[in-house]
Parts: sequence; C-alpha cells; structure tokens
Amino acid sequence: MRNPLLSLALIASLWGVSASAFEIEDRQWVGPENARALTVISTTDFDILAPLMESFLRNRPGVAVDYVVASSSELMKAIADEGQTFDVALSSAMDLQTKLANDGFTRPHQSSATALIPGWGEWRNHVFAFSQEPASMVVSATALTEAEMPRTRQALITLLREQPDRFRGRIGTYDVSLSGLGYLFATQDARTSETYWRLMELMGGLDLQLYCCSGAMIEQVADGEIFVAYNVLGSYARARADLADRIVVIDPEDYTHLMMRSAILLNDAAQPELAEAFVDHLITAAWSNPPAPEYPFRHPLGAPGPSESARRPIQLGPGLLVYQDREKRKRFLGEWVSALRQE
Amino acid sequence: MTRRAHVSGSIRRRLLLQLLGSAALLAAILFVTVLGFVRDVAEESHDSILFASATSIMDSIAVNAGEVSVDLPYAALSMLGNVSDDRVFYRVSRAGEVLTGYSDLPAGEATVRAGQPVFETLDYKGETIRMVTSSRRLSLNGAPTDIEVSVAQTQNGQAAILARLSRSALYLGIGFFVLSSALAIWSAQSSVRPLKSLAQAVSRRGPKDLRPVSRPVPSEMAPLVSSLNTFIDRLGVSLTRSEDFIAEAAHRVRTPLATVRTQAEITLRRVEKEENRGSLREMIRAIDETSRASGQLLDHAMVSFRTDSLERVDIDLAELARELVERLRPVADLKDIDLHFANSGTPRMSGDAILIQNAVRNILDNAIKYSPPERQVHIRVSGDGAQARVSIEDEAGGFGTTDTHALTERFVRGENTQGVVGSGLGLTIAREVAEAHGGTLTIETSKSGAGACVTLCFPSH
Repeated sequence: MRNPLLSLALIASLWGVSASAFEIEDRQWVGPENARALTVISTTDFDILAPLMESFLRNRPGVAVDYVVASSSELMKAIADEGQTFDVALSSAMDLQTKLANDGFTRPHQSSATALIPGWGEWRNHVFAFSQEPASMVVSATALTEAEMPRTRQALITLLREQPDRFRGRIGTYDVSLSGLGYLFATQDARTSETYWRLMELMGGLDLQLYCCSGAMIEQVADGEIFVAYNVLGSYARARADLADRIVVIDPEDYTHLMMRSAILLNDAAQPELAEAFVDHLITAAWSNPPAPEYPFRHPLGAPGPSESARRPIQLGPGLLVYQDREKRKRFLGEWVSALRQE
Repeated sequence: MTRRAHVSGSIRRRLLLQLLGSAALLAAILFVTVLGFVRDVAEESHDSILFASATSIMDSIAVNAGEVSVDLPYAALSMLGNVSDDRVFYRVSRAGEVLTGYSDLPAGEATVRAGQPVFETLDYKGETIRMVTSSRRLSLNGAPTDIEVSVAQTQNGQAAILARLSRSALYLGIGFFVLSSALAIWSAQSSVRPLKSLAQAVSRRGPKDLRPVSRPVPSEMAPLVSSLNTFIDRLGVSLTRSEDFIAEAAHRVRTPLATVRTQAEITLRRVEKEENRGSLREMIRAIDETSRASGQLLDHAMVSFRTDSLERVDIDLAELARELVERLRPVADLKDIDLHFANSGTPRMSGDAILIQNAVRNILDNAIKYSPPERQVHIRVSGDGAQARVSIEDEAGGFGTTDTHALTERFVRGENTQGVVGSGLGLTIAREVAEAHGGTLTIETSKSGAGACVTLCFPSH
C-alpha cells in the first residue's frame, strides 16, 4: 500500500509521462509451482477474486495463475507504453479498458459464456463486464450522528458549509491524477452535474485528503482519521465485515454511478486458450442466474435504467474515450486542481 | 384418317421461357439496384454521423489566451457508439501539427477546404476505416490559422448492416422472381387457351360438319381461322362436286348401257345367221362386263369417299344381311342356287349401313356368280357382344392356289373366273369397308373343300 497522503504537487504529473517501469502493488501465485501459468494483471485486490481463481484451477491440474495487482493507470502504462505481456487484464477503469480495446491491444472473443452478457455489458466482444459496483460515500459511524448522515451530495455540501472547522482535514477522496477509477468517477460526476464542482471547491477549502485507493480510505474512515470519504467503491466498503460497525456506506440518492469491472483478452498472450477459459469462468460466475457461490460482487447486474433513477450505470462505448483525450484530460485535471485550490 | 402433325417447339413453352427469363433478369436488376441503393444510404448515414461528430469537435475548439484549446464533447464520440460497436479514432491538428488525438491516423489524399468535408475510406491499424476531415479557419493572435478535425470509425458494424440489407434485397429479388414466375405461367397458359379451345372445337366436329368456324377468336388468330374457313369451304365444294360426279357418272353410264344391252338382245332374237348371233352374244357379254365394272368402279369410288369421313349409326348386321339375301334370292333362283341364312346371337355394331351393305352384297354376289348351278350358299351371321361377324360359304370351287391376300387387291381375280363377268373390285371394296370400321376380311377354303368361305368381322363398338 502506498502512502495515502499525497501532495497536490503530484497532480501535475500526468499519466504516461513517467518513464519508469510500472509499479506492482501485489503479486500472488495460485496453484502448483512450475505449472503452466496464466498471467493476469488486475486492479482488483487478490483476496476478492481468490475464490474465483481457486474454482477456476480446481479442474485444471498443472495450471497456475500469476496474479499481478497494479493501479489502473499503472496497468495502462504496463500494456500500452511498456508492451508488457499479460494474458488477461482486469480493471475497474472502464475508460482505460475501452481505450485499450479501441486502440487495438485486445483480441475479440465469443463463446457460450459471452452470450450470457447483455449488449450493455460488453463492447465489440473485446471488453467484458463482470461486476457492477457503486461510487459511494463512506461515513464514520462514530463521528456523525444518524441525523447528520448525508444521503445526497447537497446534504453533504450543507453539512460541510455549516461546520467547516469540524470537517477540516477530515474529508477524503481519490487523487484523480493517480487513480484511473477516481478519474472515471470524477469525470462521470462532472458530466452529470455541476454539483460536483461545487463540492470539490468546498472540499478543496477544507484540506481535502487525497488517496490512491478505496481500501485506504475505508480504513481511514474506520479509524476515525477522516469522517467522510467521497466516491469510494461501495462494494469494497460493504465487503469489510470487520469494519461494519464503524462505517456507514451511503449510495447518494441524487445519483449513484455504477462502475463495471471488466476483463479484456490481450494480444500476444502466452496462454490464449487458458485466458479465454478464465474470462469465460468470470463471465459465467457473474452473469449466470443465480451467480456462482464464490462470486464476490452484488448480483444481479442492472441495465442502464431510466434517467430519473438514482442508479446510473456507466455505459461502455467510445464516449469513454473522450476523457482519455490528452487535451481533455489536461483540461479536466487543470480545472480539478484549480477547484481544490480555491478558498 | 388423322395424320400426326409435324411438331417443332411449343408456343406455350417458348412464351413461358421468355417470361421467366425476363422475370429473372428484372429480379437481378432489382436486387442489384436495391443493393446499390441501400449501400449508398448506409454509407451516407454513416458519413453524416461522422460529420456530425467532427462538427461537434470543431465547435469545441476555441482560442484561449493565444492558445488553441480543444474541449472534446462527450457526445462527439458517444454518438458514434450508438450506431455500431466500432473502433473510433480522431485527430485535431493545426497546420499539420497534431493538437490531440491519434497522431498516426493516416492523412487523406484530398485537400480539405473550409466548409467542405472530405470523406475517405482508408486503412489504419490493419482495419478499413471511414474518415471524415473537415477544416475551419480561426484567428490566432490576429493571424489566420487552419484547424483540421478528422473523425474515423472502423466499418464492421456497417458491414453487418449491409449484409443484413443485402439479405433482405436478395429475398426481395427472389420473391419478385417467384411472383413473376407464377404470373408468367398463368399468362402463358391463358395465351394458348384460345388456340387449344379452337383445336378442340374443330376436332370435336362430326365428319360431315363443314360449317365455317364462327366462335370469336383473338385478333392474332383471325388470319388462321379465316384461312381455315376458306379451306373448309373449298373442301365442301370439292366434296359436293365428287358426290355429284359419282351420281352423274352412275346415271350417264348405266342408263345408256342398259339401253344398248336391250337393243342387242332384241337384235339377237331377229338375227338367224349363226356367226352373227355369236358376235351379238359376245357384245352382250362385253356390255354386261362394262356395266358391272362401271357399277363396281362407282361403288369403289363411293366406298373410298364414304370411308374418308365415316358416319356411324347403330346397325343390326343380321337384319342387314337378311334383307340382302332376300333381295338376291331371285338372281340365285335363276341358277337354282339355294341361299341358306342362319343367325346366332345379336350381331350389333356401329358403322355406315350403306358401306356394310355394299361389302356384304359384293361377297354374296361373287358367291352366286361363280357357283355352278344347283349349289348351296350359306350365309351365317353371328355376334357375341365384342364382334359382329358375317361369313358367306359357297361351293364354287374355291380360289385355288392364288394368294388369298392378293385377291383383295384391285383388279386381281381368282383362277376359276374364266368365262364369268367380273372386274376384280368386289373383294377390294369389302376389305376396305372392313378396315374402315376397324374390322377384317378373311378368305378361307370352306370346310367341305368344295368352295371358299369369306368372313367379314367388325368390332361391335
């Protein structure tokens, strides 16, 4: 785990500029040693997907999974810039997965498993969603009373405005310049409502803490270091049964973006058949009804609903490429930094 | 008698083939036209959405603090995702310098002018892309500068749509062809229907029906029908003429001959000198021979004429034969010949009574003529439902060694005919009548061996 407190100066460093090799957060080997290894690069914590990997290996003696965990932007760097070879990439950053597929780093796949996925759950037989997880607020159960719990962004804004001194240095969110998922949530927020910029300006004036990952934010809230974490992966927070009495996970009632974790099959895979089998295994676990018992995410996955519904699944498609545009990203990060710097 | 027509081709088949051929050609043209049309429409709509995307990107370009800034609108690319799941590429450049997007996107060959987008199909990253490039002039620090925006998309979705539309066009073409074929068969059938019904009407006619064809026919058939009518008319005239001729000839020949014979007999009684009487007897014999021959010639002509257009009526063969026997009995009595008539069964048949009568009379005549005096002639009629038979057995000594078949040829006579008046046409007439009715004539030596047995055999119906 990296240091959760990051200076604003880092924001200026843009994705892809760094020349160093990509940064590995965690590396796990599942299965017998010296076995044929399926290499997976993923943004998902090992513990969450470990049961699915074990069920995958159960009927495959002599096969192992080499599971590499990296942040979504490091994943992008490894594949797009450094040309690292992996068989499968799993990522929560839908825009980066889409960009990899659009720019020709992936290969198509069709099977009886992919036929289970509805049209909105995949893109051109290249990107396959296997979970749907909300961008939630995680609030300290001890620091805030039940009545104070912000159910909407507007309620959070009101709370922060009324008691700025109480929350100064006690609020956190993703560092969007470092986290691909944070960037995705932030851009979708900005696209959906102006409230996002007001919230950012307000938080910027209250010594906003920036984090690389959801896990760190959840633990900080549980420890009482911060009171409110904004745009945290709700699925991770709900999965922490050990912290359940110390945190409250809120899906904002004005709108809640739903991210889809997705798998892509990479070109130049060393184990192409194994990679397809693994992706099929993930898809079958996720989209079957009922899902596999070891499937760790919420089920069922919901289609993009009517716009008046609070749940807003982020749609796969070329629209996601827009915020990956160099100029667009520079402009967005510039606005984000200036919003946070404002008093 | 019906002769088979010489057949070459069929109007119906030719018409059908021509109609089917043109239907197939039209269906193919329809398919190609529709396909070309949908291809154009599909490409046009794809182009227009690419252009809309490029335009929305172009609108987001502004000059801020002496810098060209691009704020890619979300809809610019998401609208392309709504059309198909195709890869999307774009590039924004100023005077050849790429501001943002895919810098390795190929540059089109055509030069882009402001306000006139250029659409091109190019290869990029191993795939075929459709690319639109539009250009706009901005003022940057007081100087004009050209901004170019290109938006491109792969064409997999387009190809899928086209494949689906091509299938529809194919089904349309096939459907058109099937429908046209059904109509072609129907129209080919109905075009030849008047011909068929005319042919049926003409062949249904009775043998004596020589009225002109008066049923209405299509104008194309009018020349044929009027020629046919002329032909029928001529045939009628010609037939009338032959009938007239036969009647006229019978009258003109027989009557004078009878007169001459009477005169010769009267003269014979007056003449006493033996050598003159001999000459006169020879003369009477010759007159008899001529009279009989002319009678049989006329009979033969009449038979030929009547068998050409056989008119059938119901005939009781027994009744017919009995009548003849009674009529010839006086002649037989002159030679003390006994005529024995016997009938068993009901020998009914259908045919031309005059012809049958003629045939039986000729055979009976022969039997009486060639029999020596005081002999027997047996006439037996029989019928069993399937056949009607009449056989005449004499004691005239038979035909000897002469080929019995040759006897029925015209002008051939048997070996025992010396000294008897005859023309050699009697059996010929009998055989022709039998054959015209689908029957047979058989000549055998009688059971007793004393003469011949001639049998006429007719099918009952």
